[in-house]
Amino acid sequence: MKTVCFYFQVHQPLRLKKYRFFSIGKDHNYLDEPLNRSIVNSIATRCYLPMNNLFLELINAHKGALKISFSISGIAIEQFKMYAPQVLDSFKALAKTGCVEFLAETYSHSLSSLTDAEEFSADVKQHCDLIEKEFGQKPTAFRNTELIYSDSIGEEIAKMGFKSVVAEGAKHILGWKSPNYVYASAKSQKLRLLLRNYKLSDDISFRFSDKSWSEWPLHADVYANWITSDITPGEVVNLFMNYEAFGELNSADSGIFDFAKALMNTLVACEDIKLRTVSEAAAENQPVAVLHSPYTMSWTDEERDVTAWLGNELQNEAFSKLYKLNKSVKLLNNEEFNRKWQFMQSSDHFFYMATKWLADGNVHSYFNPYDSAYEAFIIYMNVLSDFELELNKAIEKLNISIQE
Amino acid sequence: MKVLMFGWEFPPHIAGGLGTACYGLTRGLAKNDVEVIFTVPKAYGDEDQRFTHIVNASDVELSICGELSTSIEEREFWDKMTFIHIDSNMVPYISPEEFEVEQSKYKSRIESNEVVDGEADVWKERYAFSGKYGANLMEEVARYAMIGAQVAKENEGKFDVIHAHDWLTYYAGIAAKRVSGKPLVVHMHATEYDRSGENVNQVVYDIERSGMAAADKVIAVSNLTRKIVIEKYNIDPDKVVTVHNAVRFADGNKVFEERGISDKIVTFLGRITYQKGPDYFVEAAAKVLQKVPNVHFVMAGSGDLFNHVVKRVAKLGIADRFHFTGFLKGDEVHRMFDMSDVYVMPSVSEPFGISPLEAMKSNVPVIISKQSGVAEVLEYALKVDYWDVDAMADAIYGLIKYPALSKMFSDKGLKEVTNLKWDKAAKEVKDVYESVIK
Repeated sequence: MKTVCFYFQVHQPLRLKKYRFFSIGKDHNYLDEPLNRSIVNSIATRCYLPMNNLFLELINAHKGALKISFSISGIAIEQFKMYAPQVLDSFKALAKTGCVEFLAETYSHSLSSLTDAEEFSADVKQHCDLIEKEFGQKPTAFRNTELIYSDSIGEEIAKMGFKSVVAEGAKHILGWKSPNYVYASAKSQKLRLLLRNYKLSDDISFRFSDKSWSEWPLHADVYANWITSDITPGEVVNLFMNYEAFGELNSADSGIFDFAKALMNTLVACEDIKLRTVSEAAAENQPVAVLHSPYTMSWTDEERDVTAWLGNELQNEAFSKLYKLNKSVKLLNNEEFNRKWQFMQSSDHFFYMATKWLADGNVHSYFNPYDSAYEAFIIYMNVLSDFELELNKAIEKLNISIQE
Repeated sequence: MKVLMFGWEFPPHIAGGLGTACYGLTRGLAKNDVEVIFTVPKAYGDEDQRFTHIVNASDVELSICGELSTSIEEREFWDKMTFIHIDSNMVPYISPEEFEVEQSKYKSRIESNEVVDGEADVWKERYAFSGKYGANLMEEVARYAMIGAQVAKENEGKFDVIHAHDWLTYYAGIAAKRVSGKPLVVHMHATEYDRSGENVNQVVYDIERSGMAAADKVIAVSNLTRKIVIEKYNIDPDKVVTVHNAVRFADGNKVFEERGISDKIVTFLGRITYQKGPDYFVEAAAKVLQKVPNVHFVMAGSGDLFNHVVKRVAKLGIADRFHFTGFLKGDEVHRMFDMSDVYVMPSVSEPFGISPLEAMKSNVPVIISKQSGVAEVLEYALKVDYWDVDAMADAIYGLIKYPALSKMFSDKGLKEVTNLKWDKAAKEVKDVYESVIK
């Protein structure tokens, strides 16, 4: 009996507008609202709404046999509330079925796990509170931004009280080991690790509509057979992917929705397979070994490390200048500043500054609003400069009022 | 006296120092009773098969939005001008390599039926490539020369002297001289050594040299340029005359920029290329920021070193105090000057350099490199060697920390720059004309 665990990531950042030097000190509205609205609405129409409806239908039809998990960043939920409340409603409807688990993550899809423990834990707590409020579940499983994980991060996650965590089945960490088992985290062995089977996951996200792929067109029964047969030995097959794989990365006319429907039906019908949420899969299977991950890994790029966000001098500079303001923001603790502080932390801003793909500045263009990494950096730093100036002004005022 | 001038750019389409200088000089000449037949390359594209277009001065005049009044002085100026547009896609400030790149880009765009991006760089908007023009810049220079000869022939008896500005028009100047027998004056606004350091383009160098050799007199925009002309091009010193550029300020309504940043702002404005020394500005900024954390540095402009400079700024960890504006258009330049407390021009090699004068006009104290022509005419500017980043940092520190110093430089600087008039420079140019007319 194999367990199959589907988990989908839902996140969209709040993108910054083309904030120029001349705006510093004058314009404190940093966001490109029309752009953010149109992106969220378009993904909602193409992916979130049709896919949620499909899952709701299937879950109801299979009476508890079909289980899936989501993580939705706080920033994404904020945007659903502002721009597409029907999306949030459809996720709530899924939550009510009892077959859908919502994982904890960082509120702003941030890189706070790479800063200090206190910041990380505050970030996560805020997200947990939101999930509990919106979906009535207190998360017990955790996923970090882009599956960033290391032994030390595992330790922090365990300290926060989580029982399981999802991570990448990265070759350089696994070595000869298989990702298709439950593992124990090295520093806190009670914490259970579910590792992504990146081959099978990426077959759906990245290769499904690739006509040059030898397996194209992929049929659900063929794919189901890869999971159930001995080609994939092990106890738990973890299929983790961006939710946008359905309808965005693979457009509707690629047949991805029909594929998803057929696949779920096939898997549910298969006697050797049980579909489980992340927490269930982790609880029902005993860890086979301890997994040491001294280096930080993620699910992004060929390198499966953090160089997509912190791999060049632009990113390092922006990152260090951002977190330099941490103390001041906490000291002021003003709602408006806190909110800006949050959306500035989204890892996407750093992702746009990456230069490692092909030629300089040829960044992953997926929903990337910038022409180059340099433009992304310049705009981000302009915004950060204004934020810092305003922050310092506000703190000065605060000090004066305290003295009085 | 009448002059046939092979010039560049006229308002409102001026992209850089060369056009500004041609315009100022022409106005100054008019005041000194010199009439000008001003020929300028302009791309007409395919629709029209004529090589030259005599343009009514009033057409040019009208296009200068609002600036022109109906004053007698303006009338007199425009009455002394004749415009001839020569159909050509040559543009100033371009190397043969850049021309090649732009042309091939354009061709591939045409082949793929892609719409030409209207948002593109100001430079690029100005290119026009079609089968009508030369296959590369050098062919276009030769084609321009043939038309230049034609223009000289058609206007025979209407001019006493020929004046050509920068190397692209030198062949046209030489051709016009051969056809008409009139003396030729060539004007060196920049040399290939300024543009490319020691890696000179031999073809460009050869054209510059043959233009100067064929000329009866060579005008250099500074002693610095004169020295290069004599030493590197081997031109007879007696033939080379320095006439410093001047500056002309349009008296429009000034819009004052409201400052968003109360901290001091130190500005670099120019193309981000080797010649302009952007790296030295960055290193000096880092030094200043070690002492005074709340200064903001701005680099305004674009160029081939842009990405390199951004990376360096990030690497130095000063990106929260060092900002990039990209290429500034129209009155953004003035807004930038209005916001600045110090202007720095760290050029490695600058034949003249007009931008510090514009900064001074906006009451901004300036720091300029000793390797600039403008350093020869300015008293109230702090002068440093471009490579001496310590001295540059010192100068910046002084101007932002000691109000008395910056006040002196901005007050006296304004007075000084107001006195740098084209009338005077044009008089010197007229003297050059007189010396060659037999």
